[in-house]
Amino acid sequence: MNKTISVLIWAAIAALGAVAVGAVALHRGEPINALWLVVAATCCYAVGYRFYSKFISARILTLDGQRATPAERLENGRDFLVTNKWVVFGHHFAAIAGPGPLVGPVLAAQFGYLPGTMWVLAGAVFAGCVQDFVILLFSVRRDGKSLTEMAKDEIGRVGGFVAYVAVIAILIILLGVAALIVVNALKASPWGTFTIAMTMPIALLMGVYLRRIRPGRVLEVSALGFVLVLAAIWGGQYVSQHEAMARLFTFSAPTLAILIMIYGFAASALPVWLLLAPRDYLSTFVKLGTIALLAVGIVLLHPTLHMPALTRFVDGTGPVFAGKIFPFAFITIACGAISGFHALISSGTTPKMIARETETRMVGYGAMMAESAVAIMAIIAACVMQPGIYFAINSPAGIVGQAPAAAAATISSWGFPVTAADMQSLAHAVGEQTLFNRTGGAPAFAVGMAHIFSHSLGGETLMALWYHFAIMFEALFILTILDAGTRVARFMVQDALGHVYKPLGRTSWYPSILATSALIVGAWGYFLWQGVKDPLGGINSLWPLFGISNQLLATVALCVATTIIIKMHRAKYAAVTLVPLAWLVAVTFTASWHKMFDANPRVGFLAQARVLAAGPMSPATVRVIFNNRLDAAVTGVLVVMVTLVLVESARQWIGILSGAREARVKESPFVRTRFVEERG
Amino acid sequence: MRRMLKKIGAFAETGIAVLREIFDEAAYARFLNRAGMVSSSESYAAFRREFEEAKTRRPKCC
Repeated sequence: MNKTISVLIWAAIAALGAVAVGAVALHRGEPINALWLVVAATCCYAVGYRFYSKFISARILTLDGQRATPAERLENGRDFLVTNKWVVFGHHFAAIAGPGPLVGPVLAAQFGYLPGTMWVLAGAVFAGCVQDFVILLFSVRRDGKSLTEMAKDEIGRVGGFVAYVAVIAILIILLGVAALIVVNALKASPWGTFTIAMTMPIALLMGVYLRRIRPGRVLEVSALGFVLVLAAIWGGQYVSQHEAMARLFTFSAPTLAILIMIYGFAASALPVWLLLAPRDYLSTFVKLGTIALLAVGIVLLHPTLHMPALTRFVDGTGPVFAGKIFPFAFITIACGAISGFHALISSGTTPKMIARETETRMVGYGAMMAESAVAIMAIIAACVMQPGIYFAINSPAGIVGQAPAAAAATISSWGFPVTAADMQSLAHAVGEQTLFNRTGGAPAFAVGMAHIFSHSLGGETLMALWYHFAIMFEALFILTILDAGTRVARFMVQDALGHVYKPLGRTSWYPSILATSALIVGAWGYFLWQGVKDPLGGINSLWPLFGISNQLLATVALCVATTIIIKMHRAKYAAVTLVPLAWLVAVTFTASWHKMFDANPRVGFLAQARVLAAGPMSPATVRVIFNNRLDAAVTGVLVVMVTLVLVESARQWIGILSGAREARVKESPFVRTRFVEERG
Repeated sequence: MRRMLKKIGAFAETGIAVLREIFDEAAYARFLNRAGMVSSSESYAAFRREFEEAKTRRPKCC
């Protein structure tokens, strides 16, 4: 293309993006159309990808199309496999996109649409995409090594150990929070519970079909399973209307929590082919389809956002979770802006499938941009509701009260008018008994999604079906993460225990399987139980804990990346990872400090424990006090460990830059590719 | 027109290849090729056995 035309086109995209970001940032008063967010995001991603990722590729990483990747050198037809770049992109995106980019932005919408949108855009372009890209490339240059192995090789044993412990900790907290989101979405909801319960026999049927009837036809059976799930959603309304059936599928939060723990244990200890593998396929099928549908729906219907740009809760008094915009908006939205967990995937399966080094840019940087776009869609879904409705759904009973009239009055007194009758009518429209106190983000997202679709596809009559479709979609893939995550954590613990006593490391030895499964389920089950029993709804304490641990893992990943960049003699460009690292250290350490020591009992774990200890004691109070102290201790331990990695990394950097240490990267030797390098 | 149809065809082909990889159909085809087997209940069971541990060790993000 003619260079002048190219310059003009990119100038126009940049100008359009600037106008859209300006409109999103400066608009006050009247509601804004969602298209402004879509245009701002599209232009930011386009400019970020075209210029920033190219700068990183050319100046820092010097991607080499002549260098053979591990997929080529070590190809074995199993783990290592040269794969088409679009296929790797899709595979990588499917692995990184979970409930995080949907739930976090919905919760952060209590500050208004602006903070979340700005953090998602800036965080993704300058931090999240960069992290995923550089870690992927560094893993490719090290035969597909994992983050923990790279941390050990490049920073030292402390780095490797901390990365390992951080991964286990984040997995456990994540699984506890994810399970809590499902509990809050399904409690007292016979329709939702019936639909999710039906996915079990559907998955079993799929398993038998795959094994006995049409072996290996996964896409075909997933489509069939999807049709059956739609039928289950349709049937759910009749279950909820039938008194005896409704009673059968109506569970309290503690009962659901116990059922989910039993499910998690069984899923971790049983063979996967019968139930888990088909459910995983079904969940992926629904996830990809729904995300695509939501993207098309938002662009075509371009709904209006009713949430203001900034709410009064930027002062830290928010009902969804307590804490000021800094640092809490930045740990509430992790996936969608930057997520340390992605570094595990960028150094897991993906580097073993990359055909050329040059493709890491599209896969690493590009797939994270796609996930960031999902987060923007979640912000839109949360903000299309009237703010009063959003706060009625997301505020715990401990803040607004149990009685609908009292809750509506409290929320209206904040300046977000809503009535008990409005909420009753909405609950009726979506086929629920009540929508008050449905914390966790999933129900609010489902209402937003149903709101967007019902305005064009089916109108109010289909509102309930859209709502339950969204609930099913979220619950299904959260449950998939629960079983997959429990297994991954079990394998990690077994690997470690194998060094102590060999049989414990054998993944086929049943005593070890049962013991380690019980250990992992017990650990995340503890956090789930704590959340279910928390008078403030659980999300208030657990989601920040999850956000902190996830961002601390990103801190470890960025330490590894900065160390390697300095060792590559690219110290003058180290700011590319060092600035996001400094930001994350500021965010996570400040958030951790507040969560541990803030004097406000809604924010600080220890302050809440003190307030409770000063009041009347009951067994429940003693438990909540212990839980608060435990959460403070977990936060403290994570911070201390990451501080060790930071100190160890800084010692490396100073040593190398002062010449006291040799700058030696531990890459695999260069081997020329057998492929002809394509142009571009 | 023909060029456009060709492009649409290539796009659809890539889309299907992506789905086949995500849904492990491509991995099964590679397994059959490597093991010199044809698709059957037994070969799918053998594939799952080999594939299970690797697949379930892969983390999925939040």
